[in-house]
Amino acid sequence: MTGTIDPTVVNLVVFVLAVFVGYHVIWNVTPALHTPLMSVTNAISSVIIVGAILAAGPAEVDFGSALGAVAVGLAAINVAGGFLVTKRMLEMFKKRSPRAEKK
Amino acid sequence: MSANLVALWYLAASVCFILALKGLSSPETARRGNAFGIAGMTIAVVTTLAVVAKGRLDLIFVAMVIGAMIGTFVSRRVEMTQMPELVAAMHSLVGMAAVLIAVAVVNDPSAFGVADPMPRGNRLELFIGSFVGAVTFSGSVIAFGKLAGLGKKFRLFSSAPVVFQGQHAVNLVLAGAMIGFGTVFFLAEGKAWEAFAAMLAVAFVLGVLIIIPIGGADMPVVISMLNSYSGWAAAGIGFSLNNTMLIIAGSLVGSSGAILSYIMCKAMNRSFFSVILGGFGAAEGSAAAGGEDKTVRSGSAEDAAFLLANAESVVIVPGYGLAVARAQHAVKEMAQKLLAKGVSVRYAIHPVAGRMPGHMNVLLAEAEVPYDQVFEMEDINGEFGTTDVVLVLGANDVVNPLAHEKGSAIYGMPILEANKARTVLVNKRSMAAGYAGLDNPLFYMDKTMMVFGDAKKVVEDMVKALD
Repeated sequence: MTGTIDPTVVNLVVFVLAVFVGYHVIWNVTPALHTPLMSVTNAISSVIIVGAILAAGPAEVDFGSALGAVAVGLAAINVAGGFLVTKRMLEMFKKRSPRAEKK
Repeated sequence: MSANLVALWYLAASVCFILALKGLSSPETARRGNAFGIAGMTIAVVTTLAVVAKGRLDLIFVAMVIGAMIGTFVSRRVEMTQMPELVAAMHSLVGMAAVLIAVAVVNDPSAFGVADPMPRGNRLELFIGSFVGAVTFSGSVIAFGKLAGLGKKFRLFSSAPVVFQGQHAVNLVLAGAMIGFGTVFFLAEGKAWEAFAAMLAVAFVLGVLIIIPIGGADMPVVISMLNSYSGWAAAGIGFSLNNTMLIIAGSLVGSSGAILSYIMCKAMNRSFFSVILGGFGAAEGSAAAGGEDKTVRSGSAEDAAFLLANAESVVIVPGYGLAVARAQHAVKEMAQKLLAKGVSVRYAIHPVAGRMPGHMNVLLAEAEVPYDQVFEMEDINGEFGTTDVVLVLGANDVVNPLAHEKGSAIYGMPILEANKARTVLVNKRSMAAGYAGLDNPLFYMDKTMMVFGDAKKVVEDMVKALD
C-alpha cells in the first residue's frame, strides 16, 4: 500500500458521503415545504456556476471561454432566481407561524 | 490563494448548503436556511473569482449581472400558480450550463487543471456529466412546455401523453447509441469531438423522448426526477473538474430529487418505472367513459354555501383545478366567512395534488391561509368520518374510492377518504374523467352534490351567498 490516492477515489468518497448526508437531511424536510425545497435545491445545483467561471476565466477569449461566459449567465439566472423565489415563498409561510401567534 | 485555502472555502460553502436544506425541516427555520444557502453561494462564487483573478473578469461580470437581472426579474414576476413551470425552466438552465462547461473542458482541459490529453477517468466523468446535463436540459424544456400549457400550440408539449408505436424500442436504440458514442469518446486518444458531439445530440433527443409520454398528473414525479438529474449533472461536472464542493452540492440536490420522486410515486402507488414508461390511463380512458347511466345530483353554488354554513366542520380538498382557476384567494375568503360563523375549516393536502410536490401548500400560503389549518394526508384521513362537509375543489383521482377496490387501475393508491364524510361537495368543470381515466364513484354517491363550473367563479359565488 504505497503511492498517492487517485483524486477520483477521493471524489468518490466525498460523493458517497454527501449522498448519505443528503438522504438524511431531505427526509426531515416537512412536506409543506417541498416546493421551496425544489426551488432552493435548484439554486444550489447552480453552484455549477463555479465551473462556468473557471471556463470563462482564461485571459484570451476563445471558444471555450465564450461558452463559459454563456454558462455563467445561465447559472446566474438560476442562482438569483432560485434563492429569491424561495425567499418569496418562505415569506408567505412566515407570517402566520402558529407558535408566533401563541406568543 | 493557495489550493488548500480554496478547498477550505469550498468546504465552508458546502456546509452552508447542507444547513440550507436542514433549515427546511420547519417553516420557522426555513428562512434562515435560505440565508445559509445564499451565504454558501456567495463564498463559492467569490472564492472562484479569486482563483481566476489573473484572467479576465469583465466577461464573467457582464454575464453574471445579466443573468442575475433576469433571475431577479422572473422571481419577482412569477405567480405562485406558475411555480412548476418556473422550476422546470430552471432545471433546464442547470442542464445546459453543465453541457456548456463539459464542451469547454473537452475544448481545453488545461484551463481547468485537467491534463491534456484527458485521462480516461476524466473522460468517463465528463461523458456522464454532459449526457445527464443534456437529458436534463431537453427533458426540462418539454416538462416546461407541458406545465405552461403550450400543448395547444405544439403537440410535442401536449399535457396528454404523447405516445407512438415502438417508442420504448426507439428509446432503447438511442440509449445504446449514446453509450456507444460515449465509449468511443472514452477510448479515443485525441479530443474525439465527433463522438462527443454525436453523444450529446443523441442525449438531447433522448431527453425529449423520455418526457413526452408522461402525462400531466405524473408531473410531480417528472419534475422531481429532473430536479434529481440536474443535481447529478452538477456532481458529474464536479468529478471531472475535481471540485469537491460541486460534488457535494450536486449529490445533495440529486438525492433530494430522488427522494421527492420516491415520495410522489408512493403517493400514487406506482413504480418509478411505470411512471417513466408513461402513457398511463390512455387505454382505460375510453373504456370508462362509456359506462352505464348513473345519475349525479348537481346543485348551485348557493346550495353549496347553505350546506357549508350549516355544518360544524368542513374539510377542503384542493386539487389541480384550484391552481388552474387561481381560486386560492377566493377559497381563503370563503373559509374566513365560515370561520366567522363558527364553522371549523381545515384543508387536506394529498402529496400529489397539483403539478409539483408541495404545490397546494404554497398556493394556500400565498392566500395567507394559516398553516395550522393545513393537514397532510396521514394526519387528517382518520377525521373524515366525523366531518360534516367535505368540499373537493378541482381534485379527482386523489379522492377516488376505487383505490380501495381490487382490480381497479389505481388500486392501492392512498387517497383522501372524502367519501366517509356526511356530505360531499365536489366542484369540477365537467364530468370528464380524471387523469387516470377512471370514473369516480364518489360523484354518484347519494350524499354527494356536484357543483359544476370554474373553481374560482364557484367559490366566489359561495362567498357572496354566505353574506
